Amino acid sequence: MISPTEVVDIVLLILLAVTGVAVIRTRNLFAAVMLAGIYSLVSAGLFVVMDAVDVAFTEAAVGAGISTVLMLGTLALVGYQEHEPRHTPLLPLFVVVLTGGILVYGTTDMPPFGHPENPAHQHVAPHYLEESEHEVGHIPNVVTSVLASYRGYDTMGETAVVFTAMVGVLLLLSRGPLPRRVHHNGRWITVRPGTTREELEARMLAESGDEPEPVDGEGARG
Amino acid sequence: MSPSPWTGRARVDDRVILRVGAKILIPFILIFALYVQFHGDYGPGGGFQAGVIFAAAFVLYALVFGLGNAIKVLPPKAAYFCGAFGVLLFVGVGYASMALGGEFLNYSVLAHDPTHGQHYGIIGVELGVLITVFGVMVALFYAFAGRRRLDR
Repeated sequence: MISPTEVVDIVLLILLAVTGVAVIRTRNLFAAVMLAGIYSLVSAGLFVVMDAVDVAFTEAAVGAGISTVLMLGTLALVGYQEHEPRHTPLLPLFVVVLTGGILVYGTTDMPPFGHPENPAHQHVAPHYLEESEHEVGHIPNVVTSVLASYRGYDTMGETAVVFTAMVGVLLLLSRGPLPRRVHHNGRWITVRPGTTREELEARMLAESGDEPEPVDGEGARG
Repeated sequence: MSPSPWTGRARVDDRVILRVGAKILIPFILIFALYVQFHGDYGPGGGFQAGVIFAAAFVLYALVFGLGNAIKVLPPKAAYFCGAFGVLLFVGVGYASMALGGEFLNYSVLAHDPTHGQHYGIIGVELGVLITVFGVMVALFYAFAGRRRLDR
């Protein structure tokens, strides 16, 4: 006999599998990005079924929302069509099947889902559930107590990781390469990288005698 | 190929429904983010989710009204500042509890009643998480959307 929650589980997992296969099969990257967003949304639904509402919240906001927008921003730079692969997909298929098989094999050792005797429910969880009201105060959401107070170090580290991610992305993406000063025909001018010699000559001809300006094609748009 | 929606030059004028709809939605998204932030003690939510939702409002604004207008509302430097300031606020709460005689990030010493101190501390660090996540998400969006194709 299948219970109603199991029906929901099965429907969501089938949707997840279908979306995953569709992402692999499509050559249209726009469709792939949209399907990845749907994949995140379905995962969020799965987390709700498993009573992990906070995780579902994050998955829906980050996975389906912001990261979809960032991927679309990337597509605007790299184009919407994926090239045909130049090699056979046999080796990647082998690696994926092997990894998946090992992971599925690993689940046989996992404790039953939601069982009260599970190690996760035996260690510090009972303390958090029973004592957080006296130790942390009247905060009904124990997740917040654990996240911000008991595991404050972890959350601080996560915040630092988010900040580091920003620094990394900005180093890679913001503004592009810096302009360079080059010596050309007896004077120093500022040149944006990627400027060809012909462009430079044309620029020099156009403004001969004027104060040199950065050769940049497009200025900052207000 | 239709014009890119990232530069703000993309047929903004024909998208009246989108613009009006976004204008109506954005205040509610911001309020909802604040609700998620301050209701995090009682229900699901917290700084991380609130920060993402708050940033999503700005991303929506940028998508509909163009990156240039969004940068006028929130300059990239302000986003970078938020990204760093939130971490500093989090660490600052930690040092404040040290200065008041407790351990690093032990909020109990922040007020006379330990549970009140815990509450203040949690509000402080959640605010730090909100500010950092908001700033980083907007900065990432600016970084991706601000690039142009090299072959154009």
